Amino acid sequence: MTAAGNPALAITAGRPKEGGRRFSLDWLGTVPFLAYVAVFLFLPTLIIVAGAFVSADGGVTLGNFSAVTRSFVVRAALNSMLISLVTAVIGAALGAILTYAIALGSPNSVLRRMVTSACGVLAQFGGVTLAFAFLATIGPAGFVYVMLKDHGIDFYGNGYWIYDIRGLEVVYLYFQIPLMVLVFLPAVDGIKPQWREATESLGGNSWHYWRYVAGPLLFPAFLGGTLLLFANSFSAFATANALINQGGIILPQQISNYVSSETGGADAGVAQALAVLMIVIVTLVTVVYSLLQRRTSRWLQ
Amino acid sequence: MKAGFQRRRRRNLQIFRAIVLIAAGLYFLVPIGAMFEFSTRANDQVSRTLGAWKSIGTFPDLVTAITASIELAAITAVVMLVLLVPTMVWVRLKLPRLNRIVEFVCLLPLTIPAIVLVVGLYPMYLWMGTNLSDSILTLSFAYVVLVLPYSYRALDAGLSAIDVKTLSEAARSLGAGWLTVMTRVIAPNISNAILNACLLSVALVLGEYTIALNLFYNNLQVEIAQLGRTDAAVSIAVAVASLLFAFVLLTILSFVGRGRVVATGQTGK
Repeated sequence: MTAAGNPALAITAGRPKEGGRRFSLDWLGTVPFLAYVAVFLFLPTLIIVAGAFVSADGGVTLGNFSAVTRSFVVRAALNSMLISLVTAVIGAALGAILTYAIALGSPNSVLRRMVTSACGVLAQFGGVTLAFAFLATIGPAGFVYVMLKDHGIDFYGNGYWIYDIRGLEVVYLYFQIPLMVLVFLPAVDGIKPQWREATESLGGNSWHYWRYVAGPLLFPAFLGGTLLLFANSFSAFATANALINQGGIILPQQISNYVSSETGGADAGVAQALAVLMIVIVTLVTVVYSLLQRRTSRWLQ
Repeated sequence: MKAGFQRRRRRNLQIFRAIVLIAAGLYFLVPIGAMFEFSTRANDQVSRTLGAWKSIGTFPDLVTAITASIELAAITAVVMLVLLVPTMVWVRLKLPRLNRIVEFVCLLPLTIPAIVLVVGLYPMYLWMGTNLSDSILTLSFAYVVLVLPYSYRALDAGLSAIDVKTLSEAARSLGAGWLTVMTRVIAPNISNAILNACLLSVALVLGEYTIALNLFYNNLQVEIAQLGRTDAAVSIAVAVASLLFAFVLLTILSFVGRGRVVATGQTGK
């Protein structure tokens, strides 16, 4: 980027006469983009933030945030936190193992390309489909469940947990692990075999290598990936809503209920207050993630 | 002794790799296979039938939703390109200092989840519905914002690999207008990046559920979820088809990406 930027500066500097007049007109080129973003990104954000602090009669209030203390909202928020924490930690651990296994192979193999595009699909493509995939697999009429039940194993002996938080955790891992692979693979690829050879020529064994060389280098990327996974499942809505009909079990579903309730419980102010809380949490997590990512990219070249 | 140790370690690593990849393969493939299995079940639970797949066309709401989602994907990709490519080129040529700002703005939607964005979009779409249009295709306004981070990254990779400044000044000095520069000089040089950005946008739009549902529009995913409550076999058939379609798109993408690296390696020398 700097290579392209420097000659550009040098050329503009070489034509001082035109510089002043053209500068003001150049801004016009970005107007369509900025206008679009202003209307469809900044305006909605502004509506949320402003609306969260406005009461029904138009005054400034913190009342919308008091809804956060309603017991079912608290429960949904705690559920969201718990699901995100569990699936982030397990997803990051399993994802890291899978990433390492992928990175051991040739970087241009067809297998690797298939696995990474499968990860892209599962990590980013429709939660609805994933919910159905799991219902068809381990749902009450699912192929694996029926097969196991015929062999005397009934994992729904204590009730259909797939429609509960535990079910959500299992389904969420289906997009959390692939996302970890996508964000962690560049860091694992950056580990050079020479470092292992160097450790061995200095008399270190595998434990030394992982404890003192690869481990500390990969840890920030691993932690960053875990945070990204947390934010990802914290804001996921589609999977839960497709799997669990009676809404409200997690925070995004509460927001959805307050935005557009079919039963008349809509309250724009509360929806906006919850949305603000969500932005704050996701932004915090993302900022720490990008700081960790920057730390990783220092040796990734 | 050292060589033997290394050979053993390499073998152990290969075993570890095979076990992990097989486990991951099962974990990824079994649910997709289960969806096929489920969608081909006959009423007697024993024999197989393609009835659900064949009857996809007989659900008018589903066909409408599929058409709408494909149109949305196409509109979103086109608007994204028209908005993003000229802006990114222009900023690189004339306003290099704005580059960071454009990047920041484009990556911003990553910190605003769809379920949050829809809270702010709701009153806007309410207004648009009464004053402008309540067509489902208006969703593409929101979808362009949603695909912005992914498209930006794809296009940024493409533009960084070519010398935008020299190319466009050469074209300009030969008398080309800006439209010609964009369509006949820049675009062909970053065709792979454009394809990347389009494929990602299409995959994202076809999988979108949150915004459509909360704004009461029935796109593909909303319809699949609704149909799942009445005719599970058909809805799972459509779901697995759309999943495989996205997989094919992203696999094409990974091969396209590799082509670009090779190409830039040659021009670099």
